[in-house]
Amino acid sequence: MPALRRILIANRGEIAVRIIRTCQKLGIESVLCVSEADRGSLGARMATRAVCIGPSAPARSYLSVETVMQAALGYGCDAIHPGYGFLSERADLARMAEEEGVTFIGPTARQIEAVGDKLRARQEAIAAEVPVVPGGPVESVEDARRLGQEIGAPLLVKAVGGGGGRGMKLVEDLADLAATMDMASAEAGAAFGDARVYLERYVERGRHIEVQVLGDGAGNVVHLGERDCSVQRRYQKLVEETPAPGLPPATRERMLEAAVRFAARLDYGGAGTVELLYDTTRDAFYFLEMNARIQVEHPVTEEVTGVDLVAEQIAIAAGEGLRFTQGHIALKGAAIECRINAEDPSNDFMPSPGAVTDVSWPRGEGIRVDTHVVPGAAIPPFYDSMIAKVIAHGTDRADALRKLRAALADTAIEGIKTNLAFQRDILAQEEFARGGVDTGFLARMLHKEPA
Amino acid sequence: MSLTRKDVDEIMALLENSRFDRLYLEMDGVKLELARGGAGAAQRPPSAHPDPPAAPPQPAAPAPASPGASAVPREGLVEVKSPLLGVFYRAPKPGEPAFVEVGDRVQADSVIGIIEVMKLMNTARAGVAGEVVEIIGANGEMVEHGEVLMLVRPD
Repeated sequence: MPALRRILIANRGEIAVRIIRTCQKLGIESVLCVSEADRGSLGARMATRAVCIGPSAPARSYLSVETVMQAALGYGCDAIHPGYGFLSERADLARMAEEEGVTFIGPTARQIEAVGDKLRARQEAIAAEVPVVPGGPVESVEDARRLGQEIGAPLLVKAVGGGGGRGMKLVEDLADLAATMDMASAEAGAAFGDARVYLERYVERGRHIEVQVLGDGAGNVVHLGERDCSVQRRYQKLVEETPAPGLPPATRERMLEAAVRFAARLDYGGAGTVELLYDTTRDAFYFLEMNARIQVEHPVTEEVTGVDLVAEQIAIAAGEGLRFTQGHIALKGAAIECRINAEDPSNDFMPSPGAVTDVSWPRGEGIRVDTHVVPGAAIPPFYDSMIAKVIAHGTDRADALRKLRAALADTAIEGIKTNLAFQRDILAQEEFARGGVDTGFLARMLHKEPA
Repeated sequence: MSLTRKDVDEIMALLENSRFDRLYLEMDGVKLELARGGAGAAQRPPSAHPDPPAAPPQPAAPAPASPGASAVPREGLVEVKSPLLGVFYRAPKPGEPAFVEVGDRVQADSVIGIIEVMKLMNTARAGVAGEVVEIIGANGEMVEHGEVLMLVRPD
């Protein structure tokens, strides 16, 4: 396959800028899709060309598969980079591109489908001998006793018809299991019209740890270490870092191997992330899902490996395969990233769109800022509130944290409300400085000192 | 020897596929000046990257005029813009007469062209009643969302 010459970027914001930079470095032309709201964006000025694909509402612009495909064909692009979010994990775009002879920079439509469906992904994980959260459906109290013994306490009784935290009961002592199950089943029948329940191991203190992988599409997969993304508010990641602090080395090794096994079994092609839940109490881990795209937090991995993940995505898409083996990947030091969001922590994190009147981003050795925000930039209300990522790379975690604290102290954003002070607050926490916080850390911190 | 319409079309295609924004040709007493994206539109916003891409690919995409700016807005004229990104067709089928020509009168709901998006044909309407003064969108070419297709002098 010849090298790619012109890439259509079907995304916006900081990731559009990020992809354009790699295109520039590689001498590849970039055609950026913009909505009406993004005509004046930094990406639109940096790209070789920007084309307006639709109105501000994403449904008719960034989420329109046909429009993006038409733009790729009409402007002579030989590939589409979907970034993250929007169309990045839409098998229909990948399939349409395959049919039209345009390279989709990402896995195949079949691979996207295999990991996009939670149940199917769980089956794939089991087949790849990657542990999943122990559990399963139960029809009788007898069933439940047997499975409960296997899973161990504490465990959750969950309604099949529930979801999002509804229809869930915690069993701390297996002696209470039968009574709780009867109650849960009766309640589920009344609330959801479906009395079926299942049991699942309860992870009291979990950490979100994910593994970055690259696959050549022919069964060869390498990992680029892990990322710890346990600092979350309502499942939204706020701080990410690599390596995961304080992880037992043998467990870490097993996690990396499990992720590679999972991706290799799918003949995964491109960059992907295998998300795992680490159970700190049991020192065990379980498969959560695989993300078939470049991720927001990819820069921390790039900082410690020196690998340009977007460049590797492009190389793999162009048929060059993996340009290095596992042995070539060395992890140097530690990197931490803070997501800067246009939102107001003092008002329940309400989005705060508007015009950025002035902005000053930090600079310095080991500091990286991925953003599309320059003085005068508009933050439209139609899209995600993430406006920048500030990343610090240090010789070790303490060095990276020190640099990141200094970097955030040097950052100023005027005209809109942001979570900058909130992020400084997180970095100042003693618990965070110790490292290895669980996913409940941020909720506890907010409970202690309301923002 | 004078330039035929076909010659001009071919020269235009050459320009479209080149790296240049303007072409000025003088031969046999005929002067021809072409600019991409329509007159006065060759200005592109300054590029933020320091080096141009090393290898300009062929065939090049038609270089841009920023949408909406492809025609010098003229006093009292209304710009009819493309409602979608896609391929603009002036006629219902190849070989058939165009929906509208310069000088035609249109109503707000008059169909003025078709925008094709992945084989789906979408009608473009005038949106204004008046007389077609200039047709800017080229038949069979890509237009962006909001790109000016024609100018109408409203009633």
